[in-house]
Amino acid sequence: MDRDDTKNRIDTLIEPFNKKDVAITEDTTFAGDLEWDSLTVMDFVAAIEDEFDIIISMNQQAEIETYGQLIDAVTRLRG
Amino acid sequence: MSEAISQPDKPMPLPGADAAPGDATDLFSKFDPLIKQRADLLGAGQEDPFNLVMEQVLSPVTAICNGRETILLGTYNYMGMTFDPDVLEAGKQALRDFGAGTTGSRVLNGTYSGHKEVEAALSEFYGMDHAMVFSTGYQANLGIISTIAGKGDYIVLDIDSHASIWDGCAMGNAEVVPFKHNDIEAMEKRLRRIPEGAGKLVVLEGVYSMLGDIAPLKEMVAVARKHGAMVLVDEAHSMGFIGPNGRGVAEDQGVLDDVDFVIGTFSKSVGTVGGFCVSNHPKFEIMRLVCRPYVFTASLPPSVVATAATSIRKLMQAGEKRAHLWDNSKRLHAGLKGLGFELGTDEPQSAIIAVIMPDLERGAAMWEALLKEGLYVNLARPPATPANMTLLRCSLCAEHSQEQVGQILTMFETAGRKTGII
Ligand SMILES: Cc1ncc(COP(=O)(O)O)c(C=O)c1O
Repeated sequence: MDRDDTKNRIDTLIEPFNKKDVAITEDTTFAGDLEWDSLTVMDFVAAIEDEFDIIISMNQQAEIETYGQLIDAVTRLRG
Repeated sequence: MSEAISQPDKPMPLPGADAAPGDATDLFSKFDPLIKQRADLLGAGQEDPFNLVMEQVLSPVTAICNGRETILLGTYNYMGMTFDPDVLEAGKQALRDFGAGTTGSRVLNGTYSGHKEVEAALSEFYGMDHAMVFSTGYQANLGIISTIAGKGDYIVLDIDSHASIWDGCAMGNAEVVPFKHNDIEAMEKRLRRIPEGAGKLVVLEGVYSMLGDIAPLKEMVAVARKHGAMVLVDEAHSMGFIGPNGRGVAEDQGVLDDVDFVIGTFSKSVGTVGGFCVSNHPKFEIMRLVCRPYVFTASLPPSVVATAATSIRKLMQAGEKRAHLWDNSKRLHAGLKGLGFELGTDEPQSAIIAVIMPDLERGAAMWEALLKEGLYVNLARPPATPANMTLLRCSLCAEHSQEQVGQILTMFETAGRKTGII
């Protein structure tokens, strides 16, 4: 699947979750830069899962630290 | 009692230590933020909510705590079995006949006739073919979940699950997929997306102990079945009380036959310590050989299994006590609502009533004011709570009298006005 398409759609999805208006790049980290708590993570993951009709298990989430890694993982999961 | 502990049920990594390269790292430096938070709270003159000592226990519902006679409204002694004369007698007899402990695993020298008897009592209580007793409920979840869901299988679970469920997931090798609390649609979506052919286990609780709310098991179990998943329900907080025979929320909602595994504990309504899993699965007995938290630990002492068996058999006939406990729960819920407190559920759904505090500081002040009035409740605080709420969790007992429920309401009113919460 097309990485650019995945990125564009996730860029839109993340907006309402980016409450601190952090300038997001591929290197932005969820825990460090965005300081999300576990509830926000769950809601954001659910939004992505629904958008692409995929599952991102906690095991897979544990490997994802940066925004770029998320886009890669979703692109892969879309098959 | 994960709620009294300052960490979430769902495990989170601790912040790393920031030692300079070459320094010997103190492995304890990762706990510094927590040590500081605790010191600040106690420095403000607060009585330590997590260091209460019960100096004397007078009955299932009263004790001397920190020198004061106190009504207990924060135990899990729902059915008040801890001082039941028959239960005590069975324990004393077993202590005399079989000694203080087994000093061995269930699969070696640690299975006495008492262990078989308590498993028979459980089979009868739930009307299920198999019952397996663990040393705690924590170990029952840890063992069953990690053993039955293996590599390539999927565990779909509620995000507000108890720590022992999360730890069972962490110990195993399955893919772990949480969904929003009690959200049937969110659960179904995840089940639908699991790859064809993968094994699926749905893990639910009957009563969620933070807010005292129950799960829509009727709908959830049907959805799980439709997607070919096996279902495990933790009924720790409903046993003995909810359902026509006290078998729990699944029984109450008429779906117990569609549940593959029920997990429970002796540390709440049964009134002692221990955990179990009951099941009708034809191959269930193999668990005794492959489930590591069952094999690699000593079995429960003879006195404990004797008290548990006696208590479980009495709980089968406890219809009147159940009715009184429901009355207590309804009275306390209505009374607190009437006083203007914000509660975790609109209607009483279990024997747990959670009072929502505006923030941790005022919650801790209210907790302390109640203790000085002579009432013990559970203080639950972020991050162990859903949506980072601070809660005063009240759990009722069938032995609380009508009069005591009245006293409890008066204490809440006095403490609530003193701290400005109502
Ligand atoms: C939902 C749930 N499951 C399991 C347990 C563990 O029970 P035990 O005290 O027997 O380890 C608890 C107790 O805190 C619980 O609340």
